[in-house]
Amino acid sequence: MATAAGDLENRVHYLNADYGIKSWLLTTDHKRIAILYMASITFFFLVGGIAAVLIRIHLIEPNGAIFEPGTYNKLFSMHGIIMVFFFMIPSIPAVLGNFLVPMMIGARDLAFPKLNLLSWYIFMVGGILTLYAVIWGGVDTGWTFYTPLSTTYANSNVLSAALGVFVSGFSSILTGLNFVVTIHKMRAPGMTWFRMPLFLWAMYATSIIQILGTPVVAITLVLVAMERLFHVGIFDPAVGGDPILFQHLFWFYSHPAVYIMILPSMGVVSELITCFAKKRIFGYSFVAFSSVAIAVVSFVVWGHHLFLSGQSVYAGIIFSALSFAVAIPSAIKVFNWTATLYKGSISYQAPMLYALGFIGLFTMGGLTGLFLATLATDTHLHDTYFVVGHFHYIMVGGAVMGYLGGIHFWWPKITGRLYHDGWARLAAAIIFIGFNLTFFPQYMVGYLGMPRRYAIYPPEFQVLNVMSSAGASILAVGYAIPLVYLIWSMRYGPVAGPNPWGAKGLEWTTPSPPPTENFEEIPVVTEEAYAYGAKEVSVG
Amino acid sequence: MADSHANSALAHQFEDLEQQHEAASLGMWIFLATEVMFFGGLFAGYTIYRNLYLPGFEAGSHMLNVTIGAINTAVLICSSLTMALAVRAAQTGKRNALVAFLMLTVALGLAFVIIKLTLEWRHDYLEGFAPGLNFTFAGPNAKSVELFFCFYFMMTGVHALHMVVGVGVLGVLLVQAWKGHYGPDRYNAVETAGLYWHFVDIVWIFLFPLLYLIGGRY
Amino acid sequence: MQGHVVPKGIYFVIFGSLMALTALTTGMAYVNLGQWNTIVALIIACCKGTLVALFFMHLRWSPRLMRVALLSALLWLAILISLTTTDFFSRDWTPVPQSWESSLLRPPAQPGNLLHRR
Repeated sequence: MATAAGDLENRVHYLNADYGIKSWLLTTDHKRIAILYMASITFFFLVGGIAAVLIRIHLIEPNGAIFEPGTYNKLFSMHGIIMVFFFMIPSIPAVLGNFLVPMMIGARDLAFPKLNLLSWYIFMVGGILTLYAVIWGGVDTGWTFYTPLSTTYANSNVLSAALGVFVSGFSSILTGLNFVVTIHKMRAPGMTWFRMPLFLWAMYATSIIQILGTPVVAITLVLVAMERLFHVGIFDPAVGGDPILFQHLFWFYSHPAVYIMILPSMGVVSELITCFAKKRIFGYSFVAFSSVAIAVVSFVVWGHHLFLSGQSVYAGIIFSALSFAVAIPSAIKVFNWTATLYKGSISYQAPMLYALGFIGLFTMGGLTGLFLATLATDTHLHDTYFVVGHFHYIMVGGAVMGYLGGIHFWWPKITGRLYHDGWARLAAAIIFIGFNLTFFPQYMVGYLGMPRRYAIYPPEFQVLNVMSSAGASILAVGYAIPLVYLIWSMRYGPVAGPNPWGAKGLEWTTPSPPPTENFEEIPVVTEEAYAYGAKEVSVG
Repeated sequence: MADSHANSALAHQFEDLEQQHEAASLGMWIFLATEVMFFGGLFAGYTIYRNLYLPGFEAGSHMLNVTIGAINTAVLICSSLTMALAVRAAQTGKRNALVAFLMLTVALGLAFVIIKLTLEWRHDYLEGFAPGLNFTFAGPNAKSVELFFCFYFMMTGVHALHMVVGVGVLGVLLVQAWKGHYGPDRYNAVETAGLYWHFVDIVWIFLFPLLYLIGGRY
Repeated sequence: MQGHVVPKGIYFVIFGSLMALTALTTGMAYVNLGQWNTIVALIIACCKGTLVALFFMHLRWSPRLMRVALLSALLWLAILISLTTTDFFSRDWTPVPQSWESSLLRPPAQPGNLLHRR
C-alpha cells in the first residue's frame, strides 16, 4: 500500500519539519539525533574498517607485507579502539535505540531530549580526540591499554587516546540513563513491562550495564593518565603497585561492555524473528529475563581475561565457573528464537537473512567462548587467534549483523522509503560468505598456536592467513553494497507505507517517516507484544 | 513542532508535572549511581593497597591533619543543611530564603575547597609529600607511603573537582533563583542539584575516616 | 502533588546528629581499639551517609525505585571490591618455589594484615 510520492513531500514529518544545518545540530528530536549518530558511527566504522583492511593485507606475508612491527601495533590498536568505543558500543543503542525507544513505548520523546543531544556532542568530542591520537602518531598499546606499557614505556599518543575514550564514555552513560528513565516513567497507558517489545528489554538491560560499568573504566583511564603524566606508580611494581589491578579495573567494565555490544542485537533479532515468522515469540518472559540476567551476570565474570595474568588460580576458578553461567541466558534466547521459528510462516527478506545469520554465527562464537572460559584450554588459547575468531564471530557475525538487520527492517520507518530487497539479500549473502571465510580460519590458526597482535608469524600459517585476508576483501564488498542501495533509496526508492512488513509494534502504527511528535494522541495499549496470528482474539 | 512551551513548567515529552518531577529525580539518582561506581574504582584500588601495605598507609595517614579534616567535614555537613533548606525554600516558593540558602551553600563549598587547597595540599606539597612532583619522604615504608599519597591526592582531588562543579551549578541556580525562576511547580533543578550536592558530601563522609583516621591516632 | 516538603525541624535534628557523629568518629580515633578502629569508623560513616541519604536526599519519602538505584550501585561496588580482593588475597595460597618469589609484590609479614593467611 504505497502512498503517492506527493504525499511524502506534502505531509510534515520529522525530516522536513525544519530545514537547515542549525535545525539538525540543535535538534532535540530523538529521531534526528539517531540520524546524527548513524552518520557518525558509519564514519567511524569506515575508519576502523580501513585499519582492518590494512591489517589483513599486511598478514598475507609471514614476515609482514607492508608495515614495521611498530606501525602494525598502532594499526590493531586503532582498529580495536575505534571499533569498540566508536562503532560497536554506540551502534544499536544510539541509532536504533534513540529512534525506537520512545516510539515503541508510545512516548513523544525520551525523558531528557537535551541530554540526548549533549550525548551526541560528547561522543563527537571523544571521537575527534581519539582520531587525533590515531592519526597523528597513533597508539600502540592495544585497545586494552595494559600497564606498564601504557603508563610507562609507550611512546605513542596514549594520553589523547585515553582521553578520547574517557570522554566518549560519558556519552554512553547519558544515553543509558535516558533510556532507563524513559522506560520506567514514560510508557503509554496499558504498556506494562510484560507487554513491551523485547527490544526494549534488551535496551533496558544494556543501559544498566552502561550506567554501572562505564564509570569504572573512566576512572581507570584517569589513573593511567595520572601515572603517565606524573609517574606516580599506582600500577608500578617498583613502588608496590600492581599492573594486575589495572587489568581488574579495566575488565570490570570491558567485559560487560561486550554485552553492551551484543544485547541490543539480540533485542533486534527478537523483533525480526517474530515479524518474519509471523508468530509470537516463544517464551516471552524467558527472553525478557534472560536479557536482565545477562546484564547482571556479565559483571562477575571479568577475571576470565586475567587467567594468565598472574591472577590467583582460586579467583580463576570462581571466574571460570561464573563464565559458564553467563552462557546460559544467551543459550535460552537461541532456543527460544528457534522455537519461535518452528511452524512459523517464514519469509526471507533481507532483515530475516541477517537475523538467521545472527543466530548461527552468534551460537558458534558463543560456543567457542566456552573453551576460553575453561581454565585448562584457555592456557593454550589465550592471546591466540582463537580469541580473535571468537569475539569477531560474536561482534561481527552477531552484533553487526543484528545492526544491519535492524537498519534494513526499520529503514522504511526511518526514511519513508523502501530499498531494493534483491540487492539487500545479495549483500547479506556476500557478507555471510565473506565473514566466514575471514574468521573461521582464525579459529584454526589460533588453535594451531598463532599469537594475536603479532606483526609476523611462522610460514606454516600462511595459507590460513591468506584465506582470512581473501575473506576480508569479500566482506568489504559486502559492506559496501548496502551503503550504495540504502543511500540510493533515500532519493529514488519507492515510498513506504506505515507498515510495509505487516509487523506488530507501536512504531508501525505511525506514518513513515513519523511526525516529530511521534503520535497524534498517545496510544492506549491493550494487546500483548507480538500479537501475530489472526486466529487469536486480541481485544481492543 | 514547537519546542517546550516557554512559560509552562511542563516539557512537551511529559504528560504532567508529577511525571516530570519523578523523571528528574530518577535521572539524578541514576547519575549518582554512576558516580558511586566512578569513585568506587578509586575505593577499590585503595582497599587493595591498604590491606597489602597497612603500615605504610598508617604512616601516611598520620601525616594528615585530623583537625583540618574534621573541620572540613563539618563545613560540608553545614552546606548539606543549607542545601536541604534551599530545596525546601524552592518547594514553598520563598525566593529570598532560597537565594540566601544557595549563597550559603556556595560559600561553604568554596570554603571547603579553599581550606583544602591552601591549608592541606599546599602544606603537603611543601613538606614533600606530592608523588610525581616532589615526593621526598624517606622513612620506613617510603614506597607504601608514596602509594598512600597517590590515592590521597587522587581521591580528594576528584572529590574537590566534583565540589567545584557543584559550586558552579549552584552559581547558575543562584542567578536563576534571583530572577524568581523557581517556585512550587518549578523546582526540579534545585532538587536535583541538591541530590548531587548531598552525594558529594556523602563521599567526603567516607573519605574522611578512610584517609585521615587509618590506624588511629592513639 | 510533587515532592514531600520536609519540616525544618527534622533537618536540624539530622544536622545535629551528623555533627555529633563526626565528633564521635574523630574522638574514637584517639582511643585504642586495635583492629576495631577501622570498623567503628566505617560503621559511623555508614550511619552518617544513611542519614544524609534518607533525610537530606528525601529517600525516606521517595518512590522505592530511587532506593533500588542507590542500593544497586552499592551492590555493584561491593562486587568490584570483593571479587578483586579474592584475587589478591588468594595469591599466596599456592606456595611458590623460593627462587621464583618476588619480594616486591609480596606483602611483608606484619600484624594487622587481617586477611593474610600464612
